[in-house]
Formats: sequence, structure tokens, C-alpha cells
Amino acid sequence: MKLSSETIRKMMNSVKSTRDQELTCGLCYDELDLFIEMKLSGKNADEAMPLVKEHLDRCAACREEYEFLLLALEAMVQ
Amino acid sequence: MQTRTNEDWLSDLRGDNQDQAIEDLRRVLKRGLIYALSSRIQTDLETQVDDFVQDAILRILDKMGTFRGESKFTTWAQKVAVRVAFTEMRRQRWKDISIEDLMPEDSGDFTPMVLSDPSPDPEKRASQTIMLEMVDEMLKNDLTDRQRTALMAVMHGGMPLEEVARRMDTNRNALYKLLHDARKQMRSGLIEKGLTAQEVLEVFENG
Repeated sequence: MKLSSETIRKMMNSVKSTRDQELTCGLCYDELDLFIEMKLSGKNADEAMPLVKEHLDRCAACREEYEFLLLALEAMVQ
Repeated sequence: MQTRTNEDWLSDLRGDNQDQAIEDLRRVLKRGLIYALSSRIQTDLETQVDDFVQDAILRILDKMGTFRGESKFTTWAQKVAVRVAFTEMRRQRWKDISIEDLMPEDSGDFTPMVLSDPSPDPEKRASQTIMLEMVDEMLKNDLTDRQRTALMAVMHGGMPLEEVARRMDTNRNALYKLLHDARKQMRSGLIEKGLTAQEVLEVFENG
């Protein structure tokens, strides 16, 4: 296995988006239900909770859970 | 199924109406997970979702005191169920893979690293080689062993954070902090060399 350009790009993208203050996965998780309800009600959640938005952009695992939670909540309102 | 307020859910789940409330919650969570995971789980979807929901209900009953009431109770509960499902799915998906499996072959000294998709343009190829050696040096000199291992497992191996954390005897939050520190170290290292991440990225752009 050799380090590919793709890995370098991933690393540099993550370095580029690094902030001095970031939410951990746990703090993002704590806010996720509120963030997602704001999204579903058409409010600007990204602007109201920018640290959550940034964490979801950066963390693939949290983003995956967020996307599937959105789907699950869709089923609840049907 | 009766419509409940957040307060109704909490009091029913804690009180005399617990059995009915658990069954109602089970239906809500199952419906959501079946819908969300139908594209992800190809076999025994219902059985697997039943197991996830059962585990989620135990977690919800245990953690109900941490519900802050800022969202609907069912949104919070579904969030717990999705976390339970993904934790288990990731554990299954990665169960036979060690961190060592994800390291580059020459991870002992991290050299030599060779571009897997070399550019046909010799000048660009030369720039990429220089940058690659610089990143290699940063990984080797600026990061701790734990930072380097975690970074490579996530960035190179694509392993989810909680799976890397489990193998490194830590938790997802602590691992996130470790990686955050590593990214800050790399950012500082680039600044010392008069570079930004964007400038390195431009050298590795396709085409």
C-alpha cells in the first residue's frame, strides 16, 4: 500500500478546515437533535449553530449518522 | 398510538404506563430505522433493526435523564437509535481489520512513499514529489506515534473514529481531540515552511 495523492488531498483538506476551537463528536451529538429540527422546520441551522455545521462537514462518521437520522425522521412524519 | 408531549413520554416511560410507552416507542424507532437503513442493509433488515431498537430502548431508558427537552423526545430517541445502529454496523464491518492492516507498507519509517497516480506532466510530478516528501517529514517529525497512527488509520485506511478509538484503547471524543491536535500541528508545520494547506492541495489537483 502506498500513500496516494487522494490521501494527501484528504489530509490537506482536513488541515485547511482546522479551527482552533472545534466541537468534539460528543458535543456535536448533544446538539444534533436540535440542529436537525431547525433544519426540518426550515430555519437556518447552519447559521444558528455554525460549530455543529463545521463538525458535520469535517467528521464523516457524524455526518453519516446525521444523514441517516434525517431519513429516519422523514419516515416518522409520513 | 396516542400522541404524547415530551412530558408525557418521560412520565409514561418512568411510570405505570411504561410497557405501553415502550411498545409505542419501539414502533416509532423501528419505522424510522427500517426506512433509513433499507438501502444499507441487504439481508435480514427487520431482524437487525429489531436488535438495534431493543438496544436503543435500553440506552434511552438509561440516558433519559440527559434529555434536555430542546427537541421532540422522539427526535432525541431516534438519534440514540441511529447511533446504536451505526456503532454496531461499523463494528461488524471492521471486525476483522486491525490498525496495522491499514498502515502503508513502509510505515516503520514512512519511506519511501510513492505517488499512486503520478501526473504525466514532469514539472508537476516533480512538485508533487517534493510536497510528498515534505508531508512525509511532517508526519514523521511533527506528530507523536499515536497521532500518526490515528491519522493514517482514518485518512489512509478510512476507518471510522470509534473503531480506531476501540483499537487504541480510547474513546471517540478523545481520539477526535488527538486528531484535532495533529491537524493543528500540521497547520503550524506548514506555516513554518511558508506554506498553506491550500497551496499543497493545488499541487495535487487533478489534471
